[in-house]
Amino acid sequence: MADQKVSTSCLNGKKQQSDFTWEVRANDRAYHMQFKKRVSFCLTKRKYADNAIKTGKYNALTFLPLNLYEQFHRMANLYFLFVILLQTFPEISTLPWFTLLLPLGCLLIIRGLRDLIDDIARHKSDWIINCRPCEILSGKSFSWKKWRDICVGDIVCLRKDSFVPADLLLLSSSEPSSLCYVETADIDGETNLKFRQALLVTHEELMSVESMAAFDGKVTCEEPNSRMHSFIGMLEWKGEKYSLDSEKILLRGCRIRNTEICYGLVIYAGFDSKIMRNCGKIRLKKTKLDRMMDKLVILVFLVLMIASFFLAVACGIWAEKFRRDHSYLSTFYAKTSPIKQAFFTFWGFMILLSIIIPMSMYITLEFIYLVNSFFIDWDVEMYYPAKDTPAKARSTSLNDQLGQIEYIFSDKTGTLTQNIMTFKKCCINGIIYGPGTGRKRRLLDESLSWNPYADKNLEFYNPLLLEAVRRDDDPAVREFLRLLAICHTVMVEEKDSQLVYQAASPDEEALVMAARNLGYVFLSRTQDTITISELGVKRTYKVLAMLDFNSVRKRMSILVRDPNGKIRLYTKGADMVILTRLHENGANEKITEKALDSFAEETLRTLCLASKEVNERDYTEWSKKHHKASIMLENRAEELDKVYEEIEKDLKLLGATAIEDKLQDGVPETIQLLKKGNIKVWVLTGDKQETAMNIGFACRLLSDDMLILEEEEISEMLSAYWVSNNNLSSSGEPLCSDSFVQKPLDTFRRGNTALIITGDFLDKILCIGEVVKKKKENFWKRMLCCKAEVQQEQESLLEKAFMNLATSCQAVICCRVTPKQKSLIVQLVKKHKSAITLAIGDGANDVNMIKTADIGVGISGQEGMQAVQCSDYALAQFRFLQRLLLVHGRWSYLRICKFLRYFFYKTFSGLMSQIWFAFYNGFTAQPLYEGWFLALYNVFYTAYPVLSMGLLEQDVSAKKSLQFPELYRMGQRDEFFNYRVFCLTLLHGTATSLGSFYIALWAFEDKVGSKVVGDYESFAVTVATSALLSVIIEIILDIKFWTVLSFLTVAGSLLLFCVFSYLTQNFQAFKEAPSIFRFPDASKNALTDPYVLLIILLCVVANTIPSLTFRLVRVIMGKSTIHQIRMKDMRLERDMVELRAHFQRGSMQRRSSYAFSHKEGYADLITRGASLRGRDSLGLSTTPVPVFRSSSSPRLEAHKTRVEFLA
Amino acid sequence: MTSKSREDAQHPPSRCPDNSAFKQQKLSAWQPELTPASVLSGFILIGVFCLTMGVCLILSARSVKEVQINYSDKCLNCSKLRENSSNWNTECLCSADFKLEEKIQGDVFMYYSLQNFYQNHRRYVMSRSNAQLLGRNTDIRNSNCAPFSTYRNGTPMAPCGAIANSMFNDTISLFYYTNLSTAIQVPLLKTGNSWWTDKYVKFHNPTSHNLTSAFAGTARPPYWQKPAYLLDEENERNNGYINDDFIIWMRVSAFHTFRNLHRRLSRTEQFADGLPAGNYTFHIFYNFPVSRFKGKKYLILSTVVWCGGSSLFLGIAYTVSGAVVMLAGFIITAIHLKLKKRKTYFQR
Repeated sequence: MADQKVSTSCLNGKKQQSDFTWEVRANDRAYHMQFKKRVSFCLTKRKYADNAIKTGKYNALTFLPLNLYEQFHRMANLYFLFVILLQTFPEISTLPWFTLLLPLGCLLIIRGLRDLIDDIARHKSDWIINCRPCEILSGKSFSWKKWRDICVGDIVCLRKDSFVPADLLLLSSSEPSSLCYVETADIDGETNLKFRQALLVTHEELMSVESMAAFDGKVTCEEPNSRMHSFIGMLEWKGEKYSLDSEKILLRGCRIRNTEICYGLVIYAGFDSKIMRNCGKIRLKKTKLDRMMDKLVILVFLVLMIASFFLAVACGIWAEKFRRDHSYLSTFYAKTSPIKQAFFTFWGFMILLSIIIPMSMYITLEFIYLVNSFFIDWDVEMYYPAKDTPAKARSTSLNDQLGQIEYIFSDKTGTLTQNIMTFKKCCINGIIYGPGTGRKRRLLDESLSWNPYADKNLEFYNPLLLEAVRRDDDPAVREFLRLLAICHTVMVEEKDSQLVYQAASPDEEALVMAARNLGYVFLSRTQDTITISELGVKRTYKVLAMLDFNSVRKRMSILVRDPNGKIRLYTKGADMVILTRLHENGANEKITEKALDSFAEETLRTLCLASKEVNERDYTEWSKKHHKASIMLENRAEELDKVYEEIEKDLKLLGATAIEDKLQDGVPETIQLLKKGNIKVWVLTGDKQETAMNIGFACRLLSDDMLILEEEEISEMLSAYWVSNNNLSSSGEPLCSDSFVQKPLDTFRRGNTALIITGDFLDKILCIGEVVKKKKENFWKRMLCCKAEVQQEQESLLEKAFMNLATSCQAVICCRVTPKQKSLIVQLVKKHKSAITLAIGDGANDVNMIKTADIGVGISGQEGMQAVQCSDYALAQFRFLQRLLLVHGRWSYLRICKFLRYFFYKTFSGLMSQIWFAFYNGFTAQPLYEGWFLALYNVFYTAYPVLSMGLLEQDVSAKKSLQFPELYRMGQRDEFFNYRVFCLTLLHGTATSLGSFYIALWAFEDKVGSKVVGDYESFAVTVATSALLSVIIEIILDIKFWTVLSFLTVAGSLLLFCVFSYLTQNFQAFKEAPSIFRFPDASKNALTDPYVLLIILLCVVANTIPSLTFRLVRVIMGKSTIHQIRMKDMRLERDMVELRAHFQRGSMQRRSSYAFSHKEGYADLITRGASLRGRDSLGLSTTPVPVFRSSSSPRLEAHKTRVEFLA
Repeated sequence: MTSKSREDAQHPPSRCPDNSAFKQQKLSAWQPELTPASVLSGFILIGVFCLTMGVCLILSARSVKEVQINYSDKCLNCSKLRENSSNWNTECLCSADFKLEEKIQGDVFMYYSLQNFYQNHRRYVMSRSNAQLLGRNTDIRNSNCAPFSTYRNGTPMAPCGAIANSMFNDTISLFYYTNLSTAIQVPLLKTGNSWWTDKYVKFHNPTSHNLTSAFAGTARPPYWQKPAYLLDEENERNNGYINDDFIIWMRVSAFHTFRNLHRRLSRTEQFADGLPAGNYTFHIFYNFPVSRFKGKKYLILSTVVWCGGSSLFLGIAYTVSGAVVMLAGFIITAIHLKLKKRKTYFQR
């Protein structure tokens, strides 16, 4: 969408002028220094950024203020700060100062330390990147400097295999025609080479260092932007203007390959570079639970505020009574009015009850998150030995969300597939040759002897075929292999006396390699010849024309004159395309079609091969047309297609090939498992539709019994929805009723449905309903009349309808999508389904998506690290996702939920008694508990058992989790912690606090005794102890996984209670600071009285029995989740198997998966001859080819004219 | 050494995580599952325990003998008098008679009980200076005692604070009628009623050669009739801050209705076995006003058993919860058995 906008804006001249404001002058640092840019109202920054990147947040000076500022961004922290400040007023200070300061201090320090460690790591990695060496032209020579020293306008020298430090304009390279090959693995994850070509003028003139030092060209281009693949600019040099496009730009993060040396002019540096612009700002991701927790804390806060308000009102009423009647108290009220008293008491209660807001929950949660992240890092089963890469949780606050994923968005290349193509099968003349078995090794050694060019690590081996090849008596076999060796755009290079192929797509390479292994070796090519070795005999074919591949034609052909002088046309392409262009339809074709079907069934990428002989007369005639078409200025491509069409007919079918796009290990199994866990997997890929679909089948995302909806069906459904919706809206009914989408969708819901769409189609849907525009013209006109607002609404409705459709499908594959669209799709799902999404990818083109999704996973261990840098989790393999989600995710979710539930429970049950006590002390906000008990309750007395539960709890083992992926659904349904659970917890906590408080109250009321007679200290100790014990018993019931740590923490809590009670209540402490340690020996006095002990025992029993009963009832009713689901799924599985057995496998229509990657081949380059060195590297009898030979390359002429035209 | 280090350099340490039980989350663990059998037997056990406990408690509480006399009602005229604070200086003596039908054996404790007296009021609870009560010479102006810290002329109060100021100051003596006309005073002990820790740790008199000089420069609280060092005129060592009555008063109650231990029966002469049956009378110097806030004052004579006094609450509570637990256990068992039957039926 953005690209479109740019192109339209470029069309109107005025805008173009204003857009091109980025001026770069070569070798003129001073010029760039003078420009400033306003950042905020008085701060300015240099307009041209330098190449140093800085991702760290703090420096030594700013750490403390910034970090504190950030920490107090959390509402809870801010609130506690506020309460602590309130406490300094003696009138309302109901709690001792340390009760709140102690936990808050702990929280701030721990979090601050963590932030500090994180930031130091970021600074380190920045430093490493900024200190990478590179050669910069300074003065008259190149000198080694660091990346951070690069400035806009510098000329940089890059050598083979070095990374590009900034966005550069390629000036010249050591290769012929100033080509420069780059690998963009870091940017888009694709490992195939791409070429960049410098301007002719710079290439020719800037050959020496001196000339480069004297270079004073001026580049004018767009301001830095995030569009990776577009660049429009102009070079002004020596009075001439040259146009620049993205083919002349080396992007930061690329790697120079196959090019000895090249020179570039820095256009965008540092944060201005395209890749950095694409990284965007680091957005803080929050989990669903996190958000809910914040809401709950606010809710609790509000409840407390309301409670405080009512208690304060009551206090005001009582104040009058106290003042009038209670002479011993009246002096307290002498100077204040009841309203003032109530106001003070309100804040007093706010302070008193603020401890119910679970502040230390955040500290403990942080720690649990951290350790759970470590568990991910530590998991041996997510360690990939081949690359020595363990899993890495880069973000430590999203673990629980891993247990709630509903949608996975996966990249294809490099994530699902290895991007390795292997020649798997072929069908020649109706005979299918598959991969050999058994005697492979022995035969392989044998085969090497006759074919010196055979590749040692070949996978395809079939003795039958080999025999047929070596017999050399079947012309079909010969032609078949010859075609493979000739008809391609692969380039060859000799390295260490070995042939190395460079292909635009790995498919082509696989085909040429297969031919090579079978004795038909592609040796070299010139601009118009191809030399191959056929079973040891070198033959040179003259290339008459190359009919290149494009996505419309879905085929490529080559017209050659063989050494015998015959002209032949070799074509390979998608089966549908080839089969319709055959001369005859014989038995061979039938068998081949069947073979194609069977290949497709195995999810192999198929290709049909055909050839024909062309007689001389036809050729000369066609050649003229071809020449004419190729020099046309307008509609050249269409014209050429027509000309090509003329000759590509009456073909003779040779056979078919099948290539396997190798999946990563365990991908189908993982996807299967995830699907069982009710996780929907969407594949978002830049690939072609056919390839994407093929992979869909290969990884069992799609299956034969699925109804696959393609664009036409979708647009029909959506426009039907449009019409009905429009009728609805005109009749005044609410627009938002989506019953009309629902209806057709329901029919699909029962069966398996899959959706396949392309990026363009997506644009159409998301741009204002263009689908409808095409089909319902009159409706569209009506639409235009509507106001913009309505359009907006309609747009979102269409979006919604589409999302409804897409999310009801079992699988969705989006092909040919741009990185931006990828993130857009993720955003749509997030918006319309409010589901938790996970995006997984390996390249920079996935970065957007990874950042948008709730959880981003990067594939690590590959060369490109862009995705990993921005991800939350880094895995080495796609298959580890199952363990990450089903085991770690589920456990983390379970742990966090159990933790939260219990934490809220313990806070309520322990501390709610304060409210009840208010009813008995005239609403004066007298704290029930001792200050130290309150200060230590959350931090020391009850924190550790729940912490150990949060760290180690498991309901089922890892093995069982993977065995029953259905268990994952509980996380998706928010079953373990939701508002209902929270309310129950609130009730339970309240009940417990009521129990502990009232049992003690009633027991003390009428008490006589020699020792404890209901004094405040004893009562406080009794209620505190019984509440604490009740809470501890509750966690004993809650923990289902008792490790040593659990035992230790439970015992430790009790021990700590005793120790701290002793420490804070001993005489010495009291004598030292009587106002801080106010309860000397209270516990000892109270807890040695049998009566008090009996009260505590009764409290514990009364509080525990209901909880125990509830649990028992769940067990008896079979509602204990694990048990229930296990039973259900066993039954379900049995049923499923039976159902499946009856299901008929439908015949299918999915063969046509043309095995080319979406990029066009190098044909243009080859026919231009630009990439070929005029040297005889293999000692073959090829004639050196002049770089430009205009007679035989009409295309080059055309290219030249185009250049001139543009200039 | 060098060869080893070279080897290390050649093979950088693997990043493979440790295969330890903790890191792999495979710690050996006990995974208890709630089974109906174990929980239900637990229920029954708890139920039985609670029931027995309840019965024991009830029986013990029933064995306690207790006499409770509402003397604020009996001394109405004194109550009326005290309602007006201008009469603070007028003495009011009142007596309350009661009859013991049967004798109270064993140690007999005398409590006073106050109703509707908010000793747990926040400002009231705070209004004391622990440091002062420890006998330290502290500046009480900054303590929580205000507004009962100093007089207008700057003389500090000793003891300061609202609690001390409002100390219970009725003087009570018990008389036993050996016959219709002669009454002998029942010997009651004033000391040994407070917690040991309070008497010997929390409270200390300021150190000086005698008590009077220790309190020199201070003044009694406004409501007090006597200074602190004259609280017990008979016993020099029960004076000042370490006076038992004072200590007990300073231990504030958690409720607005509370009992404080006041005296113990000194088991001498005819009271060696306790209080014999017969007619008794309390002679009360009625000082402490309660009628303004509709308070009540009681005097209680009671014996004490291991589980306290005559209060039946805990015993009943135990019995009830025991019964409930048993009942719940039986109901759940019934449901369980029924469901189990049905399940097996369906499974078949």
